[in-house]
Amino acid sequence: MNTLEKFEAEELAKHGGAGKIPDFSPGDTLRVHVRVVEGERERIQAYEGVCIARKNAGINSSFTVRKLSFGEGVERVFPLYGPRVDSIDVIRRGKVRRAKLYYLRGRTGKAARIFERTTGHGIGKKKKVAVPKTGTAKNPEDKLAAPVETSAEASEE
Amino acid sequence: MRTGLIAQKLGMTRVFDDAGNHLPVTLLKVDGCQVVAQRTEERDGYTALQLGVGAAKPKRVGKAMRGHFAKAKVEPKQRLAEFRVSEDAMLDTGVEISAAHFLAGQYVDVSGTSIGKGFAGAMKRHNFKGLSASHGISLSHRSHGSTGQCQYPGKVFKGKKMAGHMGDERVTIQNLRVVSTDPEDGLIAIEGAVPGSRGSYVLLSDAIKKSAPDDLPFPAAIVGGDGADAAAEDPPAEDAAESGGEEAEPPAGEDGAEDAVKE
Repeated sequence: MNTLEKFEAEELAKHGGAGKIPDFSPGDTLRVHVRVVEGERERIQAYEGVCIARKNAGINSSFTVRKLSFGEGVERVFPLYGPRVDSIDVIRRGKVRRAKLYYLRGRTGKAARIFERTTGHGIGKKKKVAVPKTGTAKNPEDKLAAPVETSAEASEE
Repeated sequence: MRTGLIAQKLGMTRVFDDAGNHLPVTLLKVDGCQVVAQRTEERDGYTALQLGVGAAKPKRVGKAMRGHFAKAKVEPKQRLAEFRVSEDAMLDTGVEISAAHFLAGQYVDVSGTSIGKGFAGAMKRHNFKGLSASHGISLSHRSHGSTGQCQYPGKVFKGKKMAGHMGDERVTIQNLRVVSTDPEDGLIAIEGAVPGSRGSYVLLSDAIKKSAPDDLPFPAAIVGGDGADAAAEDPPAEDAAESGGEEAEPPAGEDGAEDAVKE
């Protein structure tokens, strides 16, 4: 690790590191809680949309969230480790075959839909993040969630 | 007027400040920046300090320069540079300047050698806009166009901006803000870009167009020690009249040459 990388690692650790970031990838629907400063007051604003790109580059990591706001496409790029990003919730996981979903830019409505992903990486964690604990929800400690049960739960949402 | 220092450019990264803003910063490393020689009024006609930084292989250093370093009792240095100082800001030879020489929030001027661009056209070199894409222009869309008038004056005026060699020249960027310093690792983070490629050496000095903060270490922040008087530095234009000053707590900059990471 050279000095520059060391400096970046320290800077990253100063802002909480990777601990507060949930496991998400392009195609997922996210709710990003952003700190907004209005004069003296600081409040938290939620921004919800589809993650269409994610850049993993240490402290320079960022992700792009796209949504339709009053019929107009809006994209926001957030620094992944920036202190203005208060928290990120994964609302829904999407099944996509691209790392960058720029093709969504030209599409709206039915053409822009992304199918929900119910198996694969991060699904065990998803229950911890998004699904409120119900009687049927599995114990969060139980990492070995069977895919069948998970899909059943996801359809409940 | 206190001395500056020589640092090596490590590269650029980003930091987030307390308000959550993102700042692009350049990381500079101060690696064994020592005083190699003094220039005095009686002998040289001006007062300055010659600083050296980095570690050069003694085998690769000529005999004359080896003698020069031996006189100052310092290890052979990679890069030497002179900084004009006022008489009361002189330092002894062999004294090592720490990264705490600059304070977070102050402004500095940074000089370095810009990245060479080779033979560049007028559009890249002088920001000309080139010729039109249409209207009958063919094969010369990036040319500079006319260079003069007619039979009178019958020549191209000197200094006419044309294509030519670009870059690889000394460039000074003024008024860059110091974001943070780390005397232990010898790191200085400066907001924005500085001239030169990664691994090149740049010269840092207090900004001449901004008033310096009052609590700057004067005459310098010294590694390992007691030498730093934290007397207030006067604005660079005036002669700092007070000498000595009280022995305030010196910045605890030690082992700056600890990890000399070469890229």
